[in-house]
Amino acid sequence: MVDKENKADSIISVQAVNKIYGNDLVLHDINFNVQEGECIVLVGHNGAGKTTLMKLMLGLARPTSGNVEVLKGNPALSTAVEQRLSLGYLPESVAFYDAMTGQEVLGFYADLKGVSQRECRDLLELVGLSDAYKRKIGTYSKGMRQRLGLAQAMLGDPQLLFLDEPTTGLDPLLRQHFYELIDKLHKKGATSIISSHALSEVEARANRFVIMKKGGMVACGTLDELYQIVNLPVRIQLKIQSGKESVIAERLGSNINIKEVSKQGMDLLCSKEEKMSLLRYITSLGDDVQDLQIIPPRLDEIYNHFMNGKSS
Amino acid sequence: MRMIWILALKELRDGLRNRWIAAAIVLLAALAIVLSLMGSAPTGSVKVSTLAITVINLASLSVYLIPLIALMLSFDALVGEFERGTMLLLLTYPVTRWQVIMGKFVGHVMILFFAIFAGYGSAFFFMVIIADGSIDGWQTYFMMMTSSLLLGAVFIALGYFVSVLVKERATAIGSAIGLWLIFVVLYDLVLFGVLLLDKQQVIGQKLFSILMLISPTDSYRILNLSMFDGVSQSAGIAGLASNTGINSGLLFGVILMWIIIPLLATLYIFQQREL
Repeated sequence: MVDKENKADSIISVQAVNKIYGNDLVLHDINFNVQEGECIVLVGHNGAGKTTLMKLMLGLARPTSGNVEVLKGNPALSTAVEQRLSLGYLPESVAFYDAMTGQEVLGFYADLKGVSQRECRDLLELVGLSDAYKRKIGTYSKGMRQRLGLAQAMLGDPQLLFLDEPTTGLDPLLRQHFYELIDKLHKKGATSIISSHALSEVEARANRFVIMKKGGMVACGTLDELYQIVNLPVRIQLKIQSGKESVIAERLGSNINIKEVSKQGMDLLCSKEEKMSLLRYITSLGDDVQDLQIIPPRLDEIYNHFMNGKSS
Repeated sequence: MRMIWILALKELRDGLRNRWIAAAIVLLAALAIVLSLMGSAPTGSVKVSTLAITVINLASLSVYLIPLIALMLSFDALVGEFERGTMLLLLTYPVTRWQVIMGKFVGHVMILFFAIFAGYGSAFFFMVIIADGSIDGWQTYFMMMTSSLLLGAVFIALGYFVSVLVKERATAIGSAIGLWLIFVVLYDLVLFGVLLLDKQQVIGQKLFSILMLISPTDSYRILNLSMFDGVSQSAGIAGLASNTGINSGLLFGVILMWIIIPLLATLYIFQQREL
């Protein structure tokens, strides 16, 4: 793990954090820093400690040992009230006061943050609740609650967003819309910490990933860095003139790992180091190879690799 | 201060929304009116004011009723928000845990204020009308309402203490009922039982006074039945105050302690709590 970030100018710093609930070691030895403007994604199975880690960063719980600093302060102290003005949180399966209407709830939270009621209405419109704001939250669907949850997290243009499984229960269209909203906040310079199972959704959005397993952090880095660590093979897809498959296979020789041969072409696997020389060789094979595609390992493959016990 | 006010207003609106306040006002007004009608019957010959009799009757009833109403308001205040998950979100807002408790407390006391002053207050005007417009003794009646509010505040604070201690709402309901039984019924029962058995007078008047004094409900009773002019004669415990050196300031002090201590204990436990 490369810890190239400088702690001094990081917006969040988590150092050697352990958390014990009762007899369970829920988190052990968690270390990472977050810089301003980054989008960090926490990935891991249910019960890997993602939510607990978020609660520590939010000051809802205190680490058993180690140090958590958010916006240059200890979030668990009552003096952290100031920091919380610039913080937004969407909990996993968010709960509201069911007897209140959407407008009342958002208005209440806005008052606490000192945000104007006008901004509330704008936010309700932004998340597409302008038709339902006068209805009691008890009548809301899961998706509507989630949207209201996002609206409250966005109150007062927070500098730092914590989103715990933000897209569960949302249909694909809403998910799309949801990420557009988050992107908007990012453009304004917000930093966000997102925990998610939906790897394909977050893959393109995150700057860095924190991969967690059974309370431990197995890896932390950009997709590229993770890719380096796991050293998964690159897949090269060749399109070959029909009938020439066996010829090509022969010419490639037995050193090359041919994963699959089909009518459409051929799938090869090679390590990152071998990739360039293999490519040069393939291009020298002439017109029989009509096309080629290089497919780097995806986040879910990297994730599976870490989950199967091969930690770095 | 602003935060406490925002949180208090939310509780007050909740009370209005779920008709809680309305129901309590109707209940208290109806009881007070019925009691004042009953109280007006014996006044003819003994020349005791209807108001004094009503204060005694109301105070005797309020000792049971007000704690019950207050506990019903408060037992859910914290455990309910923990269980539903709304506390999680609330505590990520710029409020301290102290403000959360105080906001709820102020809001619930306001609800009780409306219930008591509108409920008992309307009965007061009803009595003024049937007693030919005389409002003599309104101070006593006002003090009865104020001390009832304080008694309610005691049990709101005690309700929070239960609410922050337990893990589930169901346990909170049970504990609140237990608390009510102990403070309102059992404590006195045991105290008088011991007194009856205590033939050798081991306890003595002094200790007995102290034992009565440390109970918020007994303090409330003594306050209303013996402290105010015109009431103590009718209540039949005249002289209790002068014999024991108890004054109304002390009694108010005891009641205030019963508000402050549970609130501080609640806050302390709440501060330790992790979500």
